Amino acid sequence: MMNLFSDIYSVFWIDLRNMRRHWKATVATSLVLPLLYLVAFGYGLGRGIDVAGVSYLSFVIPGIVALTAFSTSFNGAASKLQVDRIFYKSFDELLMSPVSPHSIIIGKALIGVVRGSISAVAIYLVGLILAPTLLFSPVFFLILLLSCFVFASFGVFISLIIHSHQEMSNFSTLVILPMTFLCGTFFSLSQLPAVARAVLYFLPLTHSANILRATVLGSPFPWLSFAGLLIFGGVFFVGGMIALKKLSV
Amino acid sequence: MNSIYIENLCKNYGSVKAINNLNLNVHDGEIFGFLGPNGAGKTTTIRVLTTLTRPTSGRISVGGYNVQNESDKVKKVIGVVQQHSSLDRDLTVRENMEFHARIHHLSSSIRNKRITELLEYVELTEYTNKMVDTLSGGMKKKVSIVCSLLHEPKLLFLDEPTVGLDAQARRRLWDLVRRLNKDGTTIFLTTHYIEEAEVLCDRVGIMHHGQLIAVDKPATLREKVGSIVVETLVDNKETHYQFFANREAANNYVKSLPSEVKTVIIRESNLEDVFIEQTGEKVGE
Repeated sequence: MMNLFSDIYSVFWIDLRNMRRHWKATVATSLVLPLLYLVAFGYGLGRGIDVAGVSYLSFVIPGIVALTAFSTSFNGAASKLQVDRIFYKSFDELLMSPVSPHSIIIGKALIGVVRGSISAVAIYLVGLILAPTLLFSPVFFLILLLSCFVFASFGVFISLIIHSHQEMSNFSTLVILPMTFLCGTFFSLSQLPAVARAVLYFLPLTHSANILRATVLGSPFPWLSFAGLLIFGGVFFVGGMIALKKLSV
Repeated sequence: MNSIYIENLCKNYGSVKAINNLNLNVHDGEIFGFLGPNGAGKTTTIRVLTTLTRPTSGRISVGGYNVQNESDKVKKVIGVVQQHSSLDRDLTVRENMEFHARIHHLSSSIRNKRITELLEYVELTEYTNKMVDTLSGGMKKKVSIVCSLLHEPKLLFLDEPTVGLDAQARRRLWDLVRRLNKDGTTIFLTTHYIEEAEVLCDRVGIMHHGQLIAVDKPATLREKVGSIVVETLVDNKETHYQFFANREAANNYVKSLPSEVKTVIIRESNLEDVFIEQTGEKVGE
């Protein structure tokens, strides 16, 4: 067990060292888009609109926190890993070391968790100032950490199965970008037809946005979404393990 | 005792046979060179031996362990320096070494001791805290090598170790490889440089289209095709090579050549001649 934790930390350590060198730029760039969403949708388009009995600003802030956690965790874990694996081949060093596959998956996901958490918490704190009706909930932070881990594991999984940077770019445009807009981040899924709603429940961000929104608006805890998020986490972890086994002996 | 034992190794990528029925032993304590042009199957062989690529078929043991069933044990006894630098350019030399030491389970005290010792060994102590990106190609290669030595592997794999280095850096790296070998490390290297294989390796295996076409000591391989070679150029078109056991036989051949053969070179044979003799092609082709 000690070896497991030590291996996970060793894999995480090099990414953390890298991040320490570039943390200001990393955090700043990851905040630009969510802050623009906050201003454009929350303050601009949504001013004076109510959704499900709360102001649109209060409704959209947890959605923007969820999408920030999603995109920053995914990219935080995926971007360096795919470059290290496909371009520099430095990922081979890990494959040729005695570090276990599950330590590699978790260790590589952790940098996404750190980056996603920092950015999402920053947006949440800004949101608390802009919409004082939002609750400050410790459960919110736990769900945020879980969401970041699920999304970062997704990033690790995809980085291990793509064959080129072009494929990753295509995946981001065709899957990641639509998810950020459609998974109940900017509008309530109850406005959609049942079929569309059913499809969106097969995407992890829908569940994360659902739980985060419930915790800060004081709604009943959506246990089904919590279970959904855990299942997605498990699927991405197992997918990553299978992909890793295919990459080496 | 064999450090590497390969029996009937095949690796196919679809219909392409990257390695075709390779049989080879590498002995403990030797410098073994795998020579061949790009695409001959050298890197694929290294990837199979270092657990990075699953073979299609065959029995392979490295350091006494089966590569397919005991890959965890294989990983503990090998060090690998890849053709392209796998160092993290945004980190210092020390940070890169520390990462390698960590993933090979070296404790903090042993880690620090080995990093200091190895940087002294390759005379890079003053570069300990320099960013890798600021180092020359030769220095980066040395750092890659010491990273792979941190866990004291019995067997070191070097894939095209001197590609991209200038002549001086290349010779300094050869000295380092010889020193490592003298200190007890078995070396398996791939190269497409004839000179490198000749001056550095105890034995050489020549690969061509995924097949091992010859394996022996460089001098023995040269003797087998003929120690002396006569190059002739007819009508400035094609170079012909004739091999002879000694210089006297070569001289007699030159005297018997017709007058239209103008350009004649008599020289000692090298491993490129062995390759040409076996395949009808040059190593670079």
